[in-house]
Amino acid sequence: MISQFALLEPLWDPFSSNEFLRNALLASSLVAIICAIAGTYVVLRGLSFIGDALAHGVIPGIAIALLFGVPGVIGAAIGAVIMMGGVSTITAKVRLSSDTAIGLLFVGMLALGVIITSRSTSFVGDITRILFGELLGVTAADLGWQLVVLVVVAGIAIVAHRPFVLMSLDDGLARTSGFSVKFFHGLMLVMVAMAIVGSFQLVGTLLVLGMLIAPAATGALLARRVSTMMLSAMLFGVVSSYVGLLASYHFDLAAGASIVFTAVYLFGFVAVLTIPRRLRGHGELPHQHEHSH
Amino acid sequence: MASSPTNMNIPTDMPTPHVTISASQLDIGHGLHTVAHDINMQMHSGELLVLIGTNGSGKSTLLKTLAGMIAPIRGEVTVLGTQPGGSPRRVAYLPQHPVSSHTLPLRARDIVAMGRYAHLGLFRRAQRADRLIVDDTMHRTGATEFAESPLRDLSGGQQQRTHLAQVLARQAEVLLLDEPTAGLDLSGKYAIAEIIAAERARGVTVVLATHDLQDAESATAVMLLAQRVVAFGPPSAALSDDNVRACFGFTQPH
Repeated sequence: MISQFALLEPLWDPFSSNEFLRNALLASSLVAIICAIAGTYVVLRGLSFIGDALAHGVIPGIAIALLFGVPGVIGAAIGAVIMMGGVSTITAKVRLSSDTAIGLLFVGMLALGVIITSRSTSFVGDITRILFGELLGVTAADLGWQLVVLVVVAGIAIVAHRPFVLMSLDDGLARTSGFSVKFFHGLMLVMVAMAIVGSFQLVGTLLVLGMLIAPAATGALLARRVSTMMLSAMLFGVVSSYVGLLASYHFDLAAGASIVFTAVYLFGFVAVLTIPRRLRGHGELPHQHEHSH
Repeated sequence: MASSPTNMNIPTDMPTPHVTISASQLDIGHGLHTVAHDINMQMHSGELLVLIGTNGSGKSTLLKTLAGMIAPIRGEVTVLGTQPGGSPRRVAYLPQHPVSSHTLPLRARDIVAMGRYAHLGLFRRAQRADRLIVDDTMHRTGATEFAESPLRDLSGGQQQRTHLAQVLARQAEVLLLDEPTAGLDLSGKYAIAEIIAAERARGVTVVLATHDLQDAESATAVMLLAQRVVAFGPPSAALSDDNVRACFGFTQPH
């Protein structure tokens, strides 16, 4: 009996006997829950690319903050605000496809971040920390900060759920239902920026986007309702955190990257599993009747 | 060019008709590009205005202007006494091709329930009365049988019935419908004709964009558009062969 359980010991022993790993699991689960809430609307509204831009836009802010010895979070917040301003201006003013302009903006910001960091004496360490996070050095203060972010992100989702869902169907529908699209689009960007700024120290800016998109996209494949999509996104995110950390412990892999890789792998797995169902659903589409005059 | 029709035929058993939509010297368009000039009209409760024209003739632009989605370029326009878009609970708009992404995890019923959001605002919970309205409108558009199916599994016609039910669920006083019969089979077209008649009977003003002349037969007024107002008036007068030829470039058999 006991020996059978002993076989399974590697599944929980790393967490029960290492406080840093327990904290890492707690922190990455919080990241997963925050990102599932924000990510659900990002995926519904098709904002993945803007999320990407935001995630990279914060890098120069963090780099400057670290250079002057200011907490990286403050730099990230300022970077996010600048990036949101840039993205909004581009979407509103520039005739160029907004994809192109946003792409240029975030590559520019990434380059600026690397340039600034390259002035630092510990260049490689800094840039790695920014891009991939420090999941195994999580402190109690980090966890407290995570909880604050979770409350704010969940609060925004509760207040703005209806306009957010209307906007994911059609901006015009939100407008004619009496909701200001400008305001709620801005609020959605603020929510995404909060999730990114609150998560980058743990999984890193490069990987936070994976946590934002992958679990929510997996949820979208399976769910028939927005609420179930969000709940399953949380579940997939937390499972990815556990599996990723376990793999990183046993095989000595980078923790943040292992978590995000698991999340993306889960998406691919579910996508393949649901192909037959989706084909069946689409098979009914050619029912469209011809419009007669 | 456009003249205000007077002496509309209004059945006597209706509530006292009042002006719902009014436009004078209205120019509509996108940005600086004017699509149609000098629109003058006054519609009352219970009336049906049919907008007829080819693609790009200005039908959708006029509907969007009345819905408050785009600002008028010049002139005056009021809907239910306020500027367009000012009374979201009392005006409902069906756009031409509602966006429907295949990833949206929304069932047909959820889409229709969104029609109540204008009344519910951010926080108010949907009541039993709201759910009854949703059930009833789905029944009227023939959407009940696929109520629990996700949007991504619905055919084009089924999606159209769903979106129409959503618009009706708002129980508005002005209905702006952009080609509601697009993608529908004959039974769907009959259902829509029935719905429009029922809505008018309860005093709703309906503005309907179409390129099907048959839709205009029961209208109070018809506006023929071809990047200008070709004709405006009761169907018998507006739909003369000359006007139809000016609008479409040829006469349609009808």
